[in-house]
Amino acid sequence: MQRGDIDTIVAWVPEGGKVLDLGCGDGELLHRLQAEKRVEGLGVDIDPANIIAAVCKGLCVVQQDMEDGLQNFEGSCFDAVIIAYSLQVLERPHAVLERIVSIGNEAIVTFPNFGHWRSRLSLLLNGRMPKTKALPYSWFDTPNIHFCTVADFEALCKDLNIVVVERRMSSRAGLLAQLWPNLFAKSASYRITRR
Amino acid sequence: MTQTTLDNSVGIVSPQRAHFPEALYLESGEVLDGFELIYETYGELCADGSNAVLVCHALSGNHHAAGFHSENDTKPGWWDTVIGPGKPIDTNRFFVVCPNNIGGCDGSTGPNSLCEATGKPWGSHFPQVSVADWVETQKRLAEHLHLQHWAAVIGGSLGGMQALEWSVRYPDWVAHCVAIAAAPGLTAQNIAFNEIARQAIFSDPEWHDGNYLEAASNPAQGMALARMVGHLTYMSADKMTDRFGRELRQGSFDPQDDEEPVFQVESYLRYQGSQFVSRFDANTYVLMTRALDRFDLSSRGQGNLTEALRDVSAEFLIISFSSDWRFAPSRSHEMANALLSAEKRVTYSDIESDAGHDAFLLDDANYLALFSAWMGRVAA
Repeated sequence: MQRGDIDTIVAWVPEGGKVLDLGCGDGELLHRLQAEKRVEGLGVDIDPANIIAAVCKGLCVVQQDMEDGLQNFEGSCFDAVIIAYSLQVLERPHAVLERIVSIGNEAIVTFPNFGHWRSRLSLLLNGRMPKTKALPYSWFDTPNIHFCTVADFEALCKDLNIVVVERRMSSRAGLLAQLWPNLFAKSASYRITRR
Repeated sequence: MTQTTLDNSVGIVSPQRAHFPEALYLESGEVLDGFELIYETYGELCADGSNAVLVCHALSGNHHAAGFHSENDTKPGWWDTVIGPGKPIDTNRFFVVCPNNIGGCDGSTGPNSLCEATGKPWGSHFPQVSVADWVETQKRLAEHLHLQHWAAVIGGSLGGMQALEWSVRYPDWVAHCVAIAAAPGLTAQNIAFNEIARQAIFSDPEWHDGNYLEAASNPAQGMALARMVGHLTYMSADKMTDRFGRELRQGSFDPQDDEEPVFQVESYLRYQGSQFVSRFDANTYVLMTRALDRFDLSSRGQGNLTEALRDVSAEFLIISFSSDWRFAPSRSHEMANALLSAEKRVTYSDIESDAGHDAFLLDDANYLALFSAWMGRVAA
């Protein structure tokens, strides 16, 4: 797995908890959470093919755009609301972050760190928008419209009055990523909550 | 009927009848002194009775949901795309029961049946029945078949409303509930279309206040018009443009031409209207549309849909179709949201389709794939 955030999410989600996975994709993460953490899970995705794939895994899943306000989850109380690797595809990631900390006791957000040294070096040396194995898109044709760095994300949390409860960085350069996450983390995982 | 149509079909089926002599107390306060149901079943009931599935029909449907009645039948039952071996409601796994609702005109007690008290057809005197009344009769049928539980109750449109009603009325009976292109209640616009259809029937001189059988007549014009209005609302504008455009069926706009121009769409609607007259009863149409109009799932929660769903135990599949404006996706989403608020297990999908409300009867790959996948979790 290129990403390295999945194990962290599985570790963080409380046993038997009520979980909302926004942008659940084919439901692989929720499926694992149900098997390993016996969670009561609900997926949300906008892509009909993903809905079918998630249903095949026995999951409950609702087709909707998570950027439409998530008003239907008003008054819900999830133990964890997850946005795994889809923050960068959102049009208004800040608005979604504000919503998820209000409908969940806690939110778990993971994303690829655009501040990773390879991205920086690629831009510096080639002068072109970086492409990686995990994120192979060209700048003009990519679902990833809002990349951010570890430092960007933490600054946004501060602006939105969101508390970072815990963070974990994944990288092959283990210790370096802990010391200088913005430079060495390939992906970043955050547990956040409302102040 | 050809070999290819039989390959994934339930094959030749015959309807059965069950008589229920006990009085039925209707929601309207009226009492029906017993009734009869005509129904079909497909597949085998397993020894522990755990694989029974109820299919509820919509406004103009009946008990003949799948298969053929004879070798010479050209058309299969109304939901043959969905019911059969290897199909979403897989008859290799499930025992499927589909009755014709009372008030109908295909064999169950309805306006055309003889009223014992008068010795004449009920006609317009047949009591108004409701979605809840249908659920009661379906429950009696289930008990007649020695069932104690439905693995799933499934329906589209008005049939979906019955499935929803089952889930709140008899939560212990319903393990899974599928409501397709349905709504927790009709909108004003939707009721309005039904009212236009009814007024079309009432305005036909052959209507005779609903007692046309006694008068040996039939409000065919009114019925055809009612169906034309109804049918129009089941299609999307895009689909109609694709299918008919501005093409002429006959005649031309040439002033020299003696023949008046007739658009394809006019001809199509007239055909649909006349076909309907030959197979449907006007009193049934009036009664079914009123049952539709009056259905309000939220009434069980004093107007609060979430409250109404508090005690349901079923897991739900809610499906809508993007171009359905008669039962719009927003209504299905509203239903799914109420289930979420009531903390029930629900899956909701809006299927991209240009076929309008009729899509629930049609062969759409994504729709059938989702439906099949979800039915995998229904124990059989």
